[in-house]
Amino acid sequence: MVVSATSRPGRGRGSGDPGRPPPPSRGGRGRVTAWLPVRLRRLGLPYLLILPALLLELLVHLIPMLIGIGMSFIKLTQFYIRNWSAAPSAGWSNYHLAVDFNGPVGRSLLHSFFVTVGFTLLTVALSWFFGMAGAVLMQGEFRGRGFLRALFLVPYALPVYAGVITWSFLLQRDSGLVNHVLVDQLHLFGDKPFWLIGQNSFASIVVVSLWRWWPFAFLVLMAGLQNIPRDLYEASAIDGAGWMRQLRSVTLPMLRPVNQVLVLVLFLWTFNDFNTPYVLFGKTAPQEADLISIHIYQSSFVTWNFGTGSAMSVLLLLFLLLVTAVYLLITSRRRSDA
Amino acid sequence: MRDPKWLKWVRIIGLGLLGLFTVTPIYVMITSSIKPLKDVQGDFHWIPTTITFSAFHDMWSTVPLAHYFVNSLIVSTIASVVSVVVAIFAAYAVSRFRFAGRRAFSITVLSTQMFPGILFLLPLFLIYVNLGSAIGVDLYASRTGLIITYLTFSLPFSIWMLVGYFDSIPVALDEAAKVDGSGPIGALIRVVIPAATPGIIAVLIYAFMSAWGEVLFASVMTDEASRTLAVGLQGYATQNNVYWNQIMAASLVVSIPVVAGFLLLQRYLVQGLTAGAVK
Repeated sequence: MVVSATSRPGRGRGSGDPGRPPPPSRGGRGRVTAWLPVRLRRLGLPYLLILPALLLELLVHLIPMLIGIGMSFIKLTQFYIRNWSAAPSAGWSNYHLAVDFNGPVGRSLLHSFFVTVGFTLLTVALSWFFGMAGAVLMQGEFRGRGFLRALFLVPYALPVYAGVITWSFLLQRDSGLVNHVLVDQLHLFGDKPFWLIGQNSFASIVVVSLWRWWPFAFLVLMAGLQNIPRDLYEASAIDGAGWMRQLRSVTLPMLRPVNQVLVLVLFLWTFNDFNTPYVLFGKTAPQEADLISIHIYQSSFVTWNFGTGSAMSVLLLLFLLLVTAVYLLITSRRRSDA
Repeated sequence: MRDPKWLKWVRIIGLGLLGLFTVTPIYVMITSSIKPLKDVQGDFHWIPTTITFSAFHDMWSTVPLAHYFVNSLIVSTIASVVSVVVAIFAAYAVSRFRFAGRRAFSITVLSTQMFPGILFLLPLFLIYVNLGSAIGVDLYASRTGLIITYLTFSLPFSIWMLVGYFDSIPVALDEAAKVDGSGPIGALIRVVIPAATPGIIAVLIYAFMSAWGEVLFASVMTDEASRTLAVGLQGYATQNNVYWNQIMAASLVVSIPVVAGFLLLQRYLVQGLTAGAVK
């Protein structure tokens, strides 16, 4: 599939890549010298092509990440923000503070971590299930299929702040739809509960997040289903497989590579999600729904302690790296066994 | 596939529930935007009793919504177009050339997806402040800085998806173009890009949507002049009164460009995913 860079050494002069140091030879100085600059140029071309992407990633992601790691080792409080190179070294003290689970900072970080793990597992599992159910039930032809498909994708297409702010209106205690249905119409509660503060805020953030993410799972799984060859279903039908059997023995195994990527991406995006809790709860989330990204934001920007905030971010990144590595190891091994 | 009879009922109930879950907030957004303020502050009612379009008129003066709208439009358009061009070049290199560091590049770019935004938010803020004063270009609290930030957010997904898409285009087509005298770039422009148009459109929608919807960096990296909708929309709630009808009207209006574009072009997204990413 890949064209070797040296497959056609003689041509390719028409391509524009200025700025390569060795200028193209005008010929007439012997075969070897005439050929070399072009070959060099062809070798350089892929690097030239990835250069813009690489520079941008370096500027916005990689260098800031390294600086962030560096910041986790200094005492970066509001006194040093203007002149942060003068901030004194903190050694490991920011990390000690973050993982000292007997101290208030460490304890609340651990609490936030567990809340986030629970939130992520629930959201990913439910999003996958809803997306799978939607995609499988949409298979085949029926009236209104195209309309439904478009409708299901709307929450994903809506800007996160517009969708989530609508949910925060739905979840208002006195004027919201949720309490109107649950209390006034179904009489499930005696008194109107609060949904955006206290105990119930965890359920709220899971439901809102699910509403936003399941359409993405649906979209990817629908595309995945289209790639399963029809004959597999026909062959299994001839062998007498019913609908359930086909789902178990054809659809799910064929979707495994798609699921491997989908679940990982959903996990990472949900775990790191800042937008949903920030729009739903504002700068300070309720204890019960204190997701890690909001917690770190709060520790950095509200209390102006950026060193500790950076240490927490680094720990978060290490955790995500570990989970991703273990996940890929396990799922890839299972895949090669199958 | 022969469908059993019970499946019909499972389908109706299952899709019906999913539809209800999806549509309820959208219904509330639309109906609340045409209610007068006192109706959205009192008890909730499914059917609006009084219909007024005053929220659609008032929302422009409660906060400078048009200003935020223009900012979002400029930032998202430039960021998504530049991001797609950069992604096309990178994806072409990864798909068509074997070069040392090819795998390392792919892995590095993809792994940035994993970074918590919060980890590089503050360092990036410091880089922009210092680099900006060093080279004399405002990066912090400017649309330029926001554009540069956003265009890298969609790059990993765009490159990954386009590599899959380019891989599905036979190399023989490139070779044919080269026989006609095109170099590799000529082959990219004349053969690969036209053949990959659905994938490129899909990536463009994705990039635009992610820039239009981003909240975290917008909340830290903008000032009043460069503020985008993501932050500006919260202005309705910080006034003395919470103007829910205006919030809903504004949410509706700012969603229309992306939702309409997405729904018109969603088949390209499905095609793009089918051809490339999910294979």
